[in-house]
Amino acid sequence: MKEKDFLLQIRKTAHLARLYLTSEEEELYAKQLQDVLNYFAKLQELNTSDVEPMAHVLPLSNIWREDEVSESMNQEDVFKNAPDLEENCFKIPRIMKRDEE
Amino acid sequence: MKSVKDIKKLYQNKELKVYEVVEHYLKQIEEWEPNIHAFLNVPYKEIEAQLTSLKEEPSDLPLYGIPIAIKDNMLTKGITTTCASKILENFIPPYDATVVKRLKKAGAIIIGKTNLDEFAMGSSTENSAFGVTKNPWDLDRVPGGSSGGSAACVSSGEAPISLGSDTGGSIRLPASFTSVIGLKPTYGLVSRYGLVAFASSLDQIGPFGRRVEDVAEVLQVIAGHDPKDSTSSPYNIPNYLENLGKTVKGWKVGIPKELWQKGVSEEVLKVLEKSFEVLKNLGIETVEISLPSVDYALSVYYIIATSEASSNLARYDGVKYGYRENNTEDLISMYKATRGKGFGSEVKRRIILGTYALSAGYYDAYYLKAAKVRNLIKMEFEEAFKKVDIIVSPTSPILPFKIGEKISDPLQMYLTDIMTIPVNLAGIPAISMPAGFYNSLPVGIQFMGNFFSEDKLLQFAYAYQENIDLSDKFPPLPKKEEK
Repeated sequence: MKEKDFLLQIRKTAHLARLYLTSEEEELYAKQLQDVLNYFAKLQELNTSDVEPMAHVLPLSNIWREDEVSESMNQEDVFKNAPDLEENCFKIPRIMKRDEE
Repeated sequence: MKSVKDIKKLYQNKELKVYEVVEHYLKQIEEWEPNIHAFLNVPYKEIEAQLTSLKEEPSDLPLYGIPIAIKDNMLTKGITTTCASKILENFIPPYDATVVKRLKKAGAIIIGKTNLDEFAMGSSTENSAFGVTKNPWDLDRVPGGSSGGSAACVSSGEAPISLGSDTGGSIRLPASFTSVIGLKPTYGLVSRYGLVAFASSLDQIGPFGRRVEDVAEVLQVIAGHDPKDSTSSPYNIPNYLENLGKTVKGWKVGIPKELWQKGVSEEVLKVLEKSFEVLKNLGIETVEISLPSVDYALSVYYIIATSEASSNLARYDGVKYGYRENNTEDLISMYKATRGKGFGSEVKRRIILGTYALSAGYYDAYYLKAAKVRNLIKMEFEEAFKKVDIIVSPTSPILPFKIGEKISDPLQMYLTDIMTIPVNLAGIPAISMPAGFYNSLPVGIQFMGNFFSEDKLLQFAYAYQENIDLSDKFPPLPKKEEK
């Protein structure tokens, strides 16, 4: 991939990850990640057509439990670390933009 | 007073009280901390409270009155847990991680939270948002990472034991760099509930200690199923202490040629010659084995670990807890600004890499391919363990490196973990044992075992320790003017 295209990819990826990057960071990561991805290219040498992908090492599938009432965190603890609150709700900035914008 | 064993003896003979032992370690911390910065927090008030409540407990608890340090990515109720990240700088957990709960129940005293690479992402502890931890053996060098603080505090004698977490070598590498023992258990043996997630299919908690017995005692306390972690193993836990001291004569040890050929430095090879003499004297038969796919392990690891991390770290959005960047115009820009400012450089790099690997058009080439090769690696280990009892490799291909030496080249930093990463991908247990020194820099040796064979692995490590015992070798406290 061309350097400039890759920089655009990094920008797009940062948006998907909801991550603000400075332009210096974008350039640095574009260069560094290009090196890392080139290193990863070696993987394509391996024939894996007969191999199942593995997401997990242990042979565990769904784990069920009884739906029993048990102790849980109280509201005070739940909200204790919140950056902003209003009447026992987490408060966030506006979601929609203002009309005049 | 060096090990858990020593402390227990002092209690049994009524030579020391718990508060005196705790005071001893707090004094060590006072002397060493200005030099190495292993701790992010030493919670004096909570230590007092723990001492008080311990008075009500029976003194035959397995870790009664034993101080332990905890890596700061495991939740401690009422004590800040930061993951060495600005985004969690003021986070006070409302509950204890299962391991912490079990340790307290066993009578242990949490004496501090240790430094790490931010969110356990790194091999040197340089990625901490709150300053680097230094290697007690050479203050110009890194202690390894990511559990650098947990290793350094045991190495210097600030704590007899500690807990770390290991996703790609984060317990074993720092153990090797600081001349202590570090055990990564089988995936699922220890509950991850309350361990801040980095890569959920790879993360595992394990102990650091100076002696194999100590590591075995801690494992005994923390291992076992936890209803709050559905990936924790449902199997019965054996007694990890009862095989220690039994002979390992006739055991077969596999030497994987791929790992030994992989640019292991002359210095490390030189120190490990002695280890091979020891194995020979123990009556061990060594067999050359091949794990062809481990050549691809580093790529597989960085794809899987960053993919899982990009998903796990999505929760840090400035809404329910943690840092929030204020004065943003809408929700999306609040997310972006919070994360952009709250995360450090390596964490952002990995989130980008993981998000990229999972994004439309690249998923098959990266994540899916990596998940298949991971299976190949696991199958090769399974085959190998049909022929051998233990597999041995260096823990690190190189000696502890200088602070700043690798920080600007991520790929060079990642290559430090080349010996330890295959173990996490396969899910098997492994232990790093102190092997000796090269010009007063520590070298470690890694023993890998089959799934859930920690009892055998510890038995083997104990036999090794009876021949190479560095548990009473402490680094010299730096003179004041050198600070």
